[in-house]
Amino acid sequence: MLTEYILTITIFLPLLGGLALLLVDKGSVTTIKMVGFGATALTFVVSLYLYFAFDTTAAGFQFQHKVVWIENLAISYSVGIDGMSLLLILLTTFLTPLALLGTWNSITHRIKEYMVMMLLLEVGMIGVFAALDLFLFYVFWEAMLIPMYFIIGIWGGQERVYAAIKFFLFTLFGSLLMLVAILALAYSASTIPGGQFTTDLYVLYGVGPRLALNVQSWMFLAFALSFAIKVPLFPLHTWLPDAHVQAPTAGSVILAGVLLKMGTYGLIRFCLPLFPDAAFVFTPTMSSLAVIGIIYGALVAMVQTDMKKLVAYSSVSHLGFVVLGTFAMTEEGIQGAIIQMVNHGLSTGALFLIVGMVYDRAHTRAIADFGGVAKIMPVFATFFMIVTLSSIGLPGLNGFVGEFMILVGSFKSAFLGSSAYSIIATSGVILAAVYMLWMYQRVMLGPMRPDRLYGGHALTDLTRREIATLVPLVVFIVWIGVYPGTFLKTSAGMAKQVVQTMESARQGGQARFVELKNR
Amino acid sequence: MFSFAPTIVLFPLLGFLFLGLFGARLRNEKLIGILGSGTVGLSFLVAVALFIHMLGLEPDQRKGIVELFSWIGTFTGTASSVNVSVAYQVDQLSILMTLVVTGVGFLIHVYSIGYMHGDPGFWRFFTYLNLFIFAMLNLVLADNFLLMFLGWEGVGLCSYLLIGFWYDRKFDVGGYAPGKAWTNDAAKKAFIVNRIGDFGFLLAMFLIVVQFESLSFDAVFGRVSVMTPGSDVMIWITLLLFLGATGKSAQIPLFVWLPDAMAGPTPVSALIHAATMVTAGVYMVARCSILFALAPATLQVVAVIGALTAIMAATIGLVQNDIKKVLAYSTVSQLGYMFLAMGVAAFTAGIFHVVTHAFFKALLFLGSGAVIHGMHDEQDIQKMGGLKKYLPVTYKTFLIGAIAIAGIPPFAGFFSKDEILWKAFSSDQGSVLLWAIAAAGAGVTAFYMFRLVILTFEGKERFDHHHAHPHEAPKTMTVPLIVLAFLSVVGGFIGVPESLMGGNALEHWLEPIFAPAMTTLRATPHHGGITEYLLMALSVGIAVAGIYGARTVYMKRQELADAWRSKYRRTYQVLWNKYYVDEAYDTLFVRSTVKASETVLWRGLDVSVIDWLVNASAQGVAWLSSKVRLIQTGFAQRYATIFVGGIVLVLFWLMFK
Repeated sequence: MLTEYILTITIFLPLLGGLALLLVDKGSVTTIKMVGFGATALTFVVSLYLYFAFDTTAAGFQFQHKVVWIENLAISYSVGIDGMSLLLILLTTFLTPLALLGTWNSITHRIKEYMVMMLLLEVGMIGVFAALDLFLFYVFWEAMLIPMYFIIGIWGGQERVYAAIKFFLFTLFGSLLMLVAILALAYSASTIPGGQFTTDLYVLYGVGPRLALNVQSWMFLAFALSFAIKVPLFPLHTWLPDAHVQAPTAGSVILAGVLLKMGTYGLIRFCLPLFPDAAFVFTPTMSSLAVIGIIYGALVAMVQTDMKKLVAYSSVSHLGFVVLGTFAMTEEGIQGAIIQMVNHGLSTGALFLIVGMVYDRAHTRAIADFGGVAKIMPVFATFFMIVTLSSIGLPGLNGFVGEFMILVGSFKSAFLGSSAYSIIATSGVILAAVYMLWMYQRVMLGPMRPDRLYGGHALTDLTRREIATLVPLVVFIVWIGVYPGTFLKTSAGMAKQVVQTMESARQGGQARFVELKNR
Repeated sequence: MFSFAPTIVLFPLLGFLFLGLFGARLRNEKLIGILGSGTVGLSFLVAVALFIHMLGLEPDQRKGIVELFSWIGTFTGTASSVNVSVAYQVDQLSILMTLVVTGVGFLIHVYSIGYMHGDPGFWRFFTYLNLFIFAMLNLVLADNFLLMFLGWEGVGLCSYLLIGFWYDRKFDVGGYAPGKAWTNDAAKKAFIVNRIGDFGFLLAMFLIVVQFESLSFDAVFGRVSVMTPGSDVMIWITLLLFLGATGKSAQIPLFVWLPDAMAGPTPVSALIHAATMVTAGVYMVARCSILFALAPATLQVVAVIGALTAIMAATIGLVQNDIKKVLAYSTVSQLGYMFLAMGVAAFTAGIFHVVTHAFFKALLFLGSGAVIHGMHDEQDIQKMGGLKKYLPVTYKTFLIGAIAIAGIPPFAGFFSKDEILWKAFSSDQGSVLLWAIAAAGAGVTAFYMFRLVILTFEGKERFDHHHAHPHEAPKTMTVPLIVLAFLSVVGGFIGVPESLMGGNALEHWLEPIFAPAMTTLRATPHHGGITEYLLMALSVGIAVAGIYGARTVYMKRQELADAWRSKYRRTYQVLWNKYYVDEAYDTLFVRSTVKASETVLWRGLDVSVIDWLVNASAQGVAWLSSKVRLIQTGFAQRYATIFVGGIVLVLFWLMFK
């Protein structure tokens, strides 16, 4: 009973919080914050049940819940999770309350609407990771776009409207093509003997690979474009720096921490198993773009003058690793990609919180406005250092685990067919050290400003609330770095299955190819 | 007994965690100092106990592996997938390094109590030092490449944190205009240059995974027998590993960070940038000796790079005036000797030099620290002179260190350096040329070391008595100096060669470690008889000549130094500017990359092309719709006209198609 509904409860719990907020007077700011935070914290606690009840030895999706929605079209509300979705849902439910806690006093106007938007956003995010029906997936995917649009557009910085519209249009452009592909795929299910129009992922997993290569290719491209924009993959990344810089801190945390992962999640969940033959064809393209993104993102991050923009471009670089691991299609690559999604969520989420904490005090994010802050904010300096090291992939912290597995996986991958991708990507670890340490140095080290004022304001070290926000993040940064088994075990079965699917598809594809040739 | 091995690693970790979390609140230097040193001391005691235990075992029993838990892997249960554990391996080589790291490390911790007295970051210093020992022990005791890499990058981090310990102080860093750089520039440089080496280490690991399906030393070394000696993949693996070593151990082309690393407090220079961390590359090559034995071409590269680094750094050391910079270049040079040893397959001799160098170079650095401490942060030896009167203990111990590094028997450096010189001459991988370069370097070493001793301690007092009141260091500093001086005198006796009636205990101890490599190389011990004695006498002669030369130029006929400086101006300039390597790197790599990233990639491609296209397409749609909407005017007559026109067109088309 509970196992059937627990996932649905997790998805819509934040919505209940949003409804509760409607009853709260918009003047009672503290109550609004408490209700919002409480709802997200409760969601996290509930989602922990998923983790503990999850059976890592069982194959396939768990906690499934299916209700017929549109019977004629065989569309249903169908949710369920495997190891990958579980980890990403936990990341979502973990980061959302922290994002709210870390920016407790950052938002000062229309706080009730803001809180409702954050809660709706969480519903959309969890839903995306849990949906097992393509139509439902699409609904959640679009639903999450709207609150994010408002969060950037209403509570953002100077150029917020431009950034919000850019974000919205970019994403919508991709997702409309995906919708066309979803409909085409659902229709093609009916062309198979005994089949009917459906958006059920289970059924479509059997349909997609049987389509002709050119059909697969078009559908793959439509899906992949949508996901590539979200990731974002070079050269579709230019919405990201604007959206990040303009979004309020909590928005940036969620955007970088969770939203970007929907792209890479989609690639693993849909693009590979639904259209394996097309995936093989586009592997060189996707991997090349990923590698370009790694180097390009790092080099451009290096010369940024705004802290948030630097972190934004670093995301382009980090997510490039995830895409590379995905298309390596080896166990190391997929496992690395999954854990790296979590890692990036933790590290970059923490980095945005950190930049936000500085911004709350100095009201500037220009790197040149700082220097010697470590003397004034020693506790902050320690957290910043740990997160910086996590981001540059220091062994013993989380980033290294993912990077190493992705690089090994892509180095030995038969699908990529060349170690060159991995070798070039590895040079990214040098650049990561350059841009992160350079920023840390210019902001935190060196002499203090002569008047000890930054942006015209005096700085104070972290408050207890801020420390309480960063400590959980650092705990997991260290945990994953030292004992990643806790998390890798969760996704192991799923990763193995993906690799097996792709390998048998390749053999099958080759067999079909040979058959055609002999005919 | 071997199961106690993890505690060696554990104590410094506990020290780090405790000091890191509560150090700021302790406010008691004594307590912090005792805690910080105590953890390392405990590790040392466990290592000693383990060593004694191993002495009582048969040579083939002297090895134990303790596996703690699964670290990085796919957890899919597939045999060919990566799966690496946190596991420690104690054997003859790792216990020797552990003894050096914890032993010398303990002494330097004690010394730091005195040296760092009164520093507001006292607790932070000991926190970092403990973290360093923890990382270094992981590097040394790891049973696989990946855990070694954890230690490898961990020590790099500590090096970064400690070089930039006084992050608001200025420091002249190579590649920056004088007076424009900070200690944290030096720290960042160290980290990034090391990362370039780590890039090689990582790629080597990937190749090893593909080739051997494992990263644990036992599995990899056990499977190498199937490899053809000299095969491409072995050459690549070893070359890439060696690239990692050139970063960590400051060899050509990646040596540039080490001289700048002197921005850190002097105990750091002694511990990290002389005695332990920088020898990690040598240790790694020794650990992988069997891999290198299968790649003779790489061994040649290692030997040549080692020899060239040795002579290059020694010549730079000739003209520097910063007491620590001289020692830094000396370290680079001595590390070159160690790699020369590795390259000529004299693995034992190389490790022997690691050990003796740890003693005398730590001693020299700590001595220089005592000088700097006594001279109120003055580091320019041109502003010193005559200090032996004020710092007698420092002077005597420093002199012992200098004699040891110069290679005068029976001090420690003599035995290890002479062993390297002999092997460079006699081994199958060696040559007369390699020997000649190394021997010349030895002469230069003796010269610059005694130049340093004389300018600092002898002759006239050139410092300003109003500013400087030289005084001897406190007991916590002098006692470690005395202990290290003692070790610098007797340390060489662990490896007295058979030609000098010694038992060469070290060689026998390490034999099982290097036996596979030696068998692969079909190396036969060369006992050159009369040649060996001749060369030995020659190398002592060269050292004596170097010392005598320095005495002549800097004590007896001081006008010579100035005369030579003006006569060989060009050469002097090149040496003074360290062969302009920093400047070349700066122009070629650093500035050009930053500039290209800014102008071409960011402002060029990202903003002016990609984002322009995005905005232009949006504006294009806006423009188009602004035109198209003109059609919708709201006048029914106009709609009707267009409607009729349309019908006419369709009719025409239908009739005449």
